[in-house]
Amino acid sequence: MKVRFLSVGDTGLAVELGDAVDRETSRAVLRLDRALRAARPVGVVETVPTFRSLLVHYDPLATSRGELETAIAGLFTDDRSPPPNPRLWRIPVCYEGEFAPDLDAVARLTGLAPGEVVAAHSGVCYHVYMLGFLPGFPYLGDLPQALALPRRADPRLRVPAGSVAIATTLSAIYPFESPGGWHLIGTTPLRLFDPARNPPALLAAGDAVIFEPIDASAFAAIRTRVAAGADPFGGGNPSP
Amino acid sequence: MKPGLSVISPGLHTTVQDLGRLGYQALGVPVSGALDTPSLRLANALVGNPVNTAALEILFTGPRFEVTAPAVRVAVAGAGASLVLARAGQPVPAWLSVRLVCGEVFEVRLGREAVCAYLAVEGGLDVPQVLGSASTYVRAGLGGLYGRALRAGDAVPLVIERAPERRERRLPSPPPAGARQPIRIVFGPQHDGFAEPALRALVTAEFRISANADRMGMRLEGPRLQHRAGWDIVSDAIATGAIQVPGSGQPILLLADHQTTGGYPKIATVISADLPIVARRRPGDAICFAAVTVEEAEALAREAEHRLAAALASLESVPAAGGDIDLASLYDRNLISGVVAADH
Repeated sequence: MKVRFLSVGDTGLAVELGDAVDRETSRAVLRLDRALRAARPVGVVETVPTFRSLLVHYDPLATSRGELETAIAGLFTDDRSPPPNPRLWRIPVCYEGEFAPDLDAVARLTGLAPGEVVAAHSGVCYHVYMLGFLPGFPYLGDLPQALALPRRADPRLRVPAGSVAIATTLSAIYPFESPGGWHLIGTTPLRLFDPARNPPALLAAGDAVIFEPIDASAFAAIRTRVAAGADPFGGGNPSP
Repeated sequence: MKPGLSVISPGLHTTVQDLGRLGYQALGVPVSGALDTPSLRLANALVGNPVNTAALEILFTGPRFEVTAPAVRVAVAGAGASLVLARAGQPVPAWLSVRLVCGEVFEVRLGREAVCAYLAVEGGLDVPQVLGSASTYVRAGLGGLYGRALRAGDAVPLVIERAPERRERRLPSPPPAGARQPIRIVFGPQHDGFAEPALRALVTAEFRISANADRMGMRLEGPRLQHRAGWDIVSDAIATGAIQVPGSGQPILLLADHQTTGGYPKIATVISADLPIVARRRPGDAICFAAVTVEEAEALAREAEHRLAAALASLESVPAAGGDIDLASLYDRNLISGVVAADH
């Protein structure tokens, strides 16, 4: 593995572990993140794992890039095993009607029937590569090859909260209403981010996700329970 | 409605900020917090607060308040800013605390030198901590007062509703705004994605801050920074001060509310010591960059902290005799009805 240390001003050190978006690189990033969180070198403020690199935010009054680089270099091991028991989330998604504004367009662009798009999207287990863009926004991969599309040429100014989206080789869920350029093929009634929860984000990098199709009435029922603050999983999720 | 400060007009973008929400960037939560942290810390110290206490950050144009609590002690920090009392012609300058009583109407006015200023209140603002911080992050409605900027009619609740009478505090030598100073950068993390002329242009050309500037970042206008190959990189994490360059070649300097991750190459990063100086500049202002090494940047961060510590240690009580500008007590005693000079 080729490791590159990149300067991010005087408060950040990026550790780049590869070039591509793939699970092996991601697992190496997450492994380093866990090792760093466990070792807690002096002056590290927080760490942010992304597809192929880990950004270490540090306090230049408490440490230096030189000291950190030495500390981090000592954390690499030959361990290539996947982390024990990633959390598996089953995320209910309504792929119907108003909940799936781009489903027909995606079907047209991919040459599939809408039902085949849904089957493909809900037929694989995704890896949470990272969270970013918005609080609790997960980047999930990899999308089945048949669904790979570039982003929309015309980004939306308002993507509703809960929208399940696809673009390139990835899928995502919008935790908040925001602008967005991905194709919206469904909506989940779950709340992806809630500052009153600990941790506030439903998902974390390294988790596993399966989308489960539900109909509009199931969507309404789950949304009501979520709004009332109930555990929408009834204790059955996540499973190791 | 809880007594405190009633918002008569909110200013362009007035938000509750402290030193930021640390520890949640891995979940996509930006740090937020004050753009000009030394000024926030000084504003708090002037009213006797711990330096991380939540205060109001005032951007572009100042808000106007009526005091609805029995007595409050406030201080404004920000180069050239002042606190203008409705009843008095002479403004209270920045870097000086003042006690105001119920019914007093005041406005925070920004100076030419800085587009942001802080209004700290003794005891702090009575707003909840959200994920360890009171800072407002508008995009996700986190923190502050209802997760948004102040609006007319809001009541800003205060922890202390009856500030005691005592001598005021002032900062004898306010820090310079740094209006003409070149902004120091460290190249990277993706400077190798740019051709040599782009790297040279960044540190030799003059850029201008466009009208497209807010707490997330400021778009800069200047020579087009040409990418070596593509401008679409694998998304990675972003530090405050990152200068990212989208396909247009026009750089965006990212500030406190920036997204935690992004997919544009970042040619350089503004050093932490110079971020407050950037935050004080307004759209239309010129901005030039100078490159330093990481080691130099780290040393500059320590120097900046020493300077701030010295400023915090230099706060002095305003002499009671002659120079007493405790407006509240003067008003209380009906000794004056109008102009109070604060020309120390």
